[in-house]
Amino acid sequence: MLEIRIHGRGGQGAVTAAQILAISAFYDGKQSQAFPRFGVERRGAPVEAFCRIDDKTINVRSQVYAPDVVLILEPSLIEAVDVTAGLKKGAPIIINTGSNITCAAFKDFKVHCVDASKVALEIFKADIVNTTILGAFAKVTGVISLDAINKAIEDRFTGKPQVIEMNKQAVKRVYDQVD
Amino acid sequence: MPKAKKPEGKLLNLGAVILTPGNSVQNKTGGWRALRPVWNKEKCTQCMICWMYCPDMAIPQKDGKRIETNFDFCKGCGICKTECVFGAITMEKEKK
Amino acid sequence: METHIPERISDFVNNGELDCEMIYVESEHSALSAALGSSAAGVRSYTATSSQGLALMFEILHIVSGMRLPVVMSVANRALSAPINIWNDHQDSMSCRDAGWIQLYVESAQEAVDTTIMSFKIAEDHSVMLPVMVCLDGFTLSHVFEPVDIPDQSVVDKFLPKFVPVFRLDTKNPKTFGPIGYPDVFMDFKKQQQDAFAVSAGVIKKVASDFNKSFGRSYGDGIVEAYELDDAKYVFVGLGTICGTARVVIDKLRKEGKKVGMMKLKCFRPFPDKAIVDALKKADAVAVFDRAVSFGQKGPVFSEIESAFCDESKKPVIHSFIAGLGGRDVKLDHIELAFNRIIKEKSSITEWLL
Repeated sequence: MLEIRIHGRGGQGAVTAAQILAISAFYDGKQSQAFPRFGVERRGAPVEAFCRIDDKTINVRSQVYAPDVVLILEPSLIEAVDVTAGLKKGAPIIINTGSNITCAAFKDFKVHCVDASKVALEIFKADIVNTTILGAFAKVTGVISLDAINKAIEDRFTGKPQVIEMNKQAVKRVYDQVD
Repeated sequence: MPKAKKPEGKLLNLGAVILTPGNSVQNKTGGWRALRPVWNKEKCTQCMICWMYCPDMAIPQKDGKRIETNFDFCKGCGICKTECVFGAITMEKEKK
Repeated sequence: METHIPERISDFVNNGELDCEMIYVESEHSALSAALGSSAAGVRSYTATSSQGLALMFEILHIVSGMRLPVVMSVANRALSAPINIWNDHQDSMSCRDAGWIQLYVESAQEAVDTTIMSFKIAEDHSVMLPVMVCLDGFTLSHVFEPVDIPDQSVVDKFLPKFVPVFRLDTKNPKTFGPIGYPDVFMDFKKQQQDAFAVSAGVIKKVASDFNKSFGRSYGDGIVEAYELDDAKYVFVGLGTICGTARVVIDKLRKEGKKVGMMKLKCFRPFPDKAIVDALKKADAVAVFDRAVSFGQKGPVFSEIESAFCDESKKPVIHSFIAGLGGRDVKLDHIELAFNRIIKEKSSITEWLL
């Protein structure tokens, strides 16, 4: 089972990102589970969302304490919360940032920096990275396919063909950029 | 599990539903009356305030006018007397 | 009823996927009153609530069950204030256990869907005619995204035929609903309710088995569900989503050679004493997990399981664990710790997993 933790700020769509990830996994024929860290949602406050992906039925219902992957939607969160808490050694951290982050806290992990904000600003004219960064997740982990993410995006934005197209573009662009 | 014993002569329809609505007319509550409203037709202006206030609907109407109290259901509460603006109703001790 | 449930139902109605009248009300007290009225008028009626909302419904809960109206209601289980808390535990529905409603607890989103469909069939059975609460863990289930198979309407229609009321509020053929019950009849009506509960256990099992035939899914016998129970010496007992987490712990401990298992209590009302005794009598020790407290007593499920064994000559040591109140996460470690405790302890313990 793969356990994913997504860090964002209230309003950035971390929960939506987890949900689209879960739907994508479903389209790839896997079992999945997405849920927020249950709290009182407040715009700007640090929030977390979780996703589990497995080939068999997922029974566990507790929160995620030892993630296999961490996604960070906003680099300022690195100082605000313990983003590596419980993260397994050598596990990937995917950060949305324009610069190359190297800090001591990350030395045990594989850090992937991707400027999802830049891509989002170009395509959406707004800093919406929750779907965009999933392109990086697909590339880095290889757990879900671009096709599945595209299907999940179509699901999520039914009836809004333009939004679907832009999201697909953004995901693809980030997929190609990240290494 | 033993079935609930149906008490003799009691209606125990599911959820206490009563299939014969309006059966309260069988219960003639006029017998409760200690005081009897006496209606003075001369003073009565047919304003219908007594008809409206009677909680037992014991003041019948005919052709848009009130007629004599229905003593089968009048409990003698005296609300009609209290509400009558024209003093057309007085309460008298019920003669048994 | 501010959960995803009514939001999605109003989507269904708006999109023409569900032929139903949605009634908008100003409070939960009114919501259940409206469901009461529509059920009395012979219409299949449903509502959903949670926590303080359920508490506000309390008075109408008894009226719905006393009037024998087969309303089905989802309860997204959450804590009751104070202090203010919106997170998951079972205090809300456990506080309503004596309100005359059948209570079924579910472990997954799929089980919630399936149990809701089954609940109408159970409630509307003319030998039952009792309302049903489908209790699902607030947030843990009410706010989770996971794959769910929503069965085809045609298959559901075949399984769940049109609701046929026993009596119907009808202006053309008037009847009196909700009259006074004097002391000479009131108790007889209460006895009828109690007798209906005795009958309902069999109906729940029958409906669960029919559901399995139609949809190919089952949750034990609809009353209790066993997991690795046959040769288990140490048994976890719980309701709702913690049973999923317990399965993971049991798999792990089984690999270590420990004879552990689970009895998931799906049906809390009617309380299945006999099924529980049958499931647990071979065990050495039992850990009952309550996500609610009967203040001044112990966990409500624990107390009732204890009393189910009072006439048994051989019984396991039954331990009480209070866990996961007000959204305190129940971790794999908590359940493993409980197993390790009951393997060691010789006499009954009560422990709050703080």
